[in-house]
Amino acid sequence: MPHDRDALITGIGLVSCLGSGVEAHWAALNDPAGFAPVLDTTSFPPFAVHPLAQVNFDSQIPKRGDQRQMEPWQRIGVFAAGLALESAGVKGDTALLSAADLIVAAGGGERDYAVDAAILTGYPKAANPDAFLNEHLLGDLRPTLFLAQLSNLLAGNISIVHGVTGSSRTFMGEEAAGADAVRIACARIAAGQAEITLVGGSYNAQRPDVLLHYEMGGLQRRAPFDGVWARQDSGGGMLLGSAGAFLVIESRAHAAARGATPFAHIAAIRTDRSHRDPGQATANARAQFEALAPHYDPDGAAVISGASGVAAITTEEQAFLASLGLPVRASATAIGATLEPSFPASLALAALAVQRGALFGPLEAAEQTMTAPLRQALVTSWGHWRGEALALVTAA
Amino acid sequence: MTQDTDHLGRPIVVVTGMGVLTSLGQGQADNWQALTGGVSGIRRITRFPIDGLRTTIAGTVDFVPVAEMSAPALSQRLAELVIDEALTEAGIGRPGDFPGALFLALPPVEMEWAQRFALAAASGADEMVDYTDLLRAAGQGGFERYYERFLFGSVAENLAQRFGTKGSPIATSTACASGGTSIQLGVEAIRRGETDAALVVGTDASINPESLIRFSLLSALSTRNDPPSSASRPFSKDREGFVMAEGAGALVLESLSSARARGATVLAVVEGCGEVADGFHRTRSSPDGKPIIACMRHALVDAGLVAEDVGYINAHGTGTPENDKMEWVGVSAVFGERAGSIPMSSNKSMIGHSLTAAGAVEAIFTVLTVRHGLLPPTINYDVPDPALPVDCVPNVARAVGVKHAISNSFGFGGQNVCLVIGAA
Repeated sequence: MPHDRDALITGIGLVSCLGSGVEAHWAALNDPAGFAPVLDTTSFPPFAVHPLAQVNFDSQIPKRGDQRQMEPWQRIGVFAAGLALESAGVKGDTALLSAADLIVAAGGGERDYAVDAAILTGYPKAANPDAFLNEHLLGDLRPTLFLAQLSNLLAGNISIVHGVTGSSRTFMGEEAAGADAVRIACARIAAGQAEITLVGGSYNAQRPDVLLHYEMGGLQRRAPFDGVWARQDSGGGMLLGSAGAFLVIESRAHAAARGATPFAHIAAIRTDRSHRDPGQATANARAQFEALAPHYDPDGAAVISGASGVAAITTEEQAFLASLGLPVRASATAIGATLEPSFPASLALAALAVQRGALFGPLEAAEQTMTAPLRQALVTSWGHWRGEALALVTAA
Repeated sequence: MTQDTDHLGRPIVVVTGMGVLTSLGQGQADNWQALTGGVSGIRRITRFPIDGLRTTIAGTVDFVPVAEMSAPALSQRLAELVIDEALTEAGIGRPGDFPGALFLALPPVEMEWAQRFALAAASGADEMVDYTDLLRAAGQGGFERYYERFLFGSVAENLAQRFGTKGSPIATSTACASGGTSIQLGVEAIRRGETDAALVVGTDASINPESLIRFSLLSALSTRNDPPSSASRPFSKDREGFVMAEGAGALVLESLSSARARGATVLAVVEGCGEVADGFHRTRSSPDGKPIIACMRHALVDAGLVAEDVGYINAHGTGTPENDKMEWVGVSAVFGERAGSIPMSSNKSMIGHSLTAAGAVEAIFTVLTVRHGLLPPTINYDVPDPALPVDCVPNVARAVGVKHAISNSFGFGGQNVCLVIGAA
């Protein structure tokens, strides 16, 4: 039964290797020739990344001065946020946006690689290495780089560029941060603590420091760069992707009052954690699935999985999904492992598919075709390290 | 309080346990004694060489050992210590089994120079070293602990595992308003009926050369290095910047009904929260102060109070020329003619600016202020600024009964949070 406090997705802003905006994504995912991943295998060998598509940042961040104040991860996010507001039909609505809430899932920003390299090179040879470090940081770092690195400055830039200023919260913590951002947005709407919330995140994978981070964890996939499920026969691993994903989530009452056309309804969402002893993530997912049972109808349902590709946990998720017996699509095969925006991006794809009543085609051989009309989508987010989330997206 | 619900029919949220650690020491008792005695925790930095730095002082926490030093490692350890204190006072749950959610204010996480140098050394590169070399070293293995330590999620995850909090832990960063945001998230969750209890924590132990230099490059820090205790001078005409500091604070929040049911002592009531973001500039407030004004007004409305009810303001009071001016603009608009006579002191004059932790630490001090009827002073108030005619409780603590107090937190990125704390 529709309810005034239902959380509806009324705007989607998505940018990734597949393009900019929902139409570009839908077209790429439904390529009649079959899905072909977009990978950059030459910039960071032996690694591959899903690179951001060519994007005209000016279209969402008109002031060059604003763009200069941001590093790419922020530009991607502010761009996607603008797309989401545009898609919801609220972009530039100063009065509405000044009361709208903002929840961002964020990591942090790029380093100055030249400065880092100079310090790494000179430090061991310096007469006084610590004084050398201080001198070069003080002399060589751009003062504004700090602001381009700070986690909450993605939200800050969204407030500045798009005028969303009702409230502003930034969550940190890889995939789980994205899932909790959406969960809190929905919970606040259900409880009447919010009416309209812009929620999402962004990630720039095309940077050596994040490649380094996951390489230290031994988690990066090397060739062959196959799909998330196919990879599991040869050690698994992640292929990072650059992406921005923002959603406008709105109470049904608020959306109706302004005549908005919703994409879909987030009928249920649960997040939890475990220490990841074998079976614990499955137990969480099972409990989450049981909790959303009142809204769930297997007839016409599919799964958008946020599986990262990392070995043990991806195979555990695969087994759990097999028990549901639904067609599955791994969003990371399409856009890469995108960490903070991963769950908002998966939700966006789910909402788009539910709105259009059809699941897009298989992304790799392990995924089955679905010809029946799509009515519901389950969206999973098992973080590559921690955190398990499940949402159910239904027709609005 | 005869009812369990507030003026809007929501569960009343109370504080039943607190833990605090700052450069002044560990625990509520030591901190309160030093804070009301006008003691400064600011000292010369000894953690790393200060050669060539413009600012050589900070409120570092040097008395808590950690195995492999880094900002997230020490931040996590400080959080563990303050949580232990808060749980003991609250007497809630069982060891390793806290019956509610975790909301953690945490500084952004990033690998530090010690780790980069270790990778560079392992790479064997000599002439030129860049990220290609670090990547090659990482690929040889042996750096898995760095990966886990510098995930954005690992501090909250480790705390959730250790204390057995329920659900997915949330680590939040809203710059210098983070501590306030974590409290706000906990209050909202309890008001929604999602949980009867929440563990809210702010922690920050990120003083290292690069973080200090980043703030230094923005000209945000005081360079009045001698003596260190004189550097943090909120509201003084000769204030010139804030002093970085470390610290942590933890509060056990509960619904009043839950606290009553288990016979817990109520320390204070979190009566209201206000928040408004500022889209004017990355580091500066709107010149008209509108977001700060609206933030405080929202908090009062949320609490069902009017400005006349407020007896004390725990100022954000960083001691930067800009912040203190804008906070005064906000307070004078909200409180009108009373603005100059409401006591408004800055804990940061003594503990420095504990950044991510500040909102939580200072909310705890606000609770203690209300409980003890004693206002901590603003020290180093030597040269009044005629443009800011505040009653900042200059230099000496003052005994005054307070029923309702507000605690302000403002941060880079246009973050503004205001909390209303009421007597139990």
